[in-house]
Amino acid sequence: MVKKGFILLILAAMAVIIVGAFAGFTGNTDLGYVANHYASNGASEVGSANLVTAVVVTYRGLDTLGEVTILFLSAAIVGFFLKVENTDNKDRKLKYVSEILNTASQVLVPIIILFGVYVFINGHLSPGGGFQGGAILASGFVLMFIAQPKKEISHKMVTILESISGVSFVLLGVAGIIFASGFLDNTILSLGKFGTLFSAGAIPIIYIFVGLKVGSELTSIALSLKENQNEA
Amino acid sequence: MIEKLNLENISLAVGIIVILIGLWGLLTQKNLIKIVIGFALFDTGIHIVMVSIGYIKGRTAPILDSAVDVNNASQIVVDPIPQALVLTAIVIGLGITALMLSYVLKMYQKRKSLEINNYKDLKW
Repeated sequence: MVKKGFILLILAAMAVIIVGAFAGFTGNTDLGYVANHYASNGASEVGSANLVTAVVVTYRGLDTLGEVTILFLSAAIVGFFLKVENTDNKDRKLKYVSEILNTASQVLVPIIILFGVYVFINGHLSPGGGFQGGAILASGFVLMFIAQPKKEISHKMVTILESISGVSFVLLGVAGIIFASGFLDNTILSLGKFGTLFSAGAIPIIYIFVGLKVGSELTSIALSLKENQNEA
Repeated sequence: MIEKLNLENISLAVGIIVILIGLWGLLTQKNLIKIVIGFALFDTGIHIVMVSIGYIKGRTAPILDSAVDVNNASQIVVDPIPQALVLTAIVIGLGITALMLSYVLKMYQKRKSLEINNYKDLKW
């Protein structure tokens, strides 16, 4: 009973703090100093039509490196934690997969993967980018795991793909230091015509590697969880 | 009160409600999976709050297409920085949720129980 009282007290205190902040919120009327710089000069400095992409990949590229590192760490810990010692599938009981799911997945998985690739290649033009595209790629693989639980996918292949794209991402960043003005500077390639697919310098290439890395990391998390599946 | 009923205030209020629901779930639920869901809700609420703080009335998404004049973009688009931050936060939240779920899975495999009261090893 005392515990419930404490919980109510914490919730009420939190509500008072947040509602107080809400009552004082009047809404923005103008961009801040930094955001103003990004919005005015994003097109000429970075050449990316999507300003969020310009901020994520170029202006705050180091943040993205940290983010990718955190994702890699969590995928590695999940893989370490859920390591399956005996890999014989004989005594595992798996859920029955219906005919509809199986057939639909064969049609849908290639389309979902194609859509994911589309999203991360067009990250500098339309809403989307490496992280979103990678998540869509991984969702296609998750559908495949659900529909065909017996199918084996090599963990090693996923890891190799992830390592290659991660190293390429960092190498592109270092190339920005050597050939241009800073880490992940995208002007190592020509900026091209604004608003076309081959524009914004190195951003499409960086986002392809980020997309592949995020996709393979999320796939490896799902793969580790799948290998632990046992309905018994 | 009526002047508070515009888009940024409504989304901010929704975010705050989601944060409080998530906190309530974290503190009161006994099932480990439900605690993880509470954590994910807390995370989502913070994302909604961040995006609604970056919103500016009457402006459009920060994508310079045919709807936005490039030379005058800073007067037309909303703040891109909170959106980029939320993009980062969503990915990290996903990684943390996957990590917590794998801990739950391992605990369930050891004890065959999802009830948090059955795990008293570190309780004094």
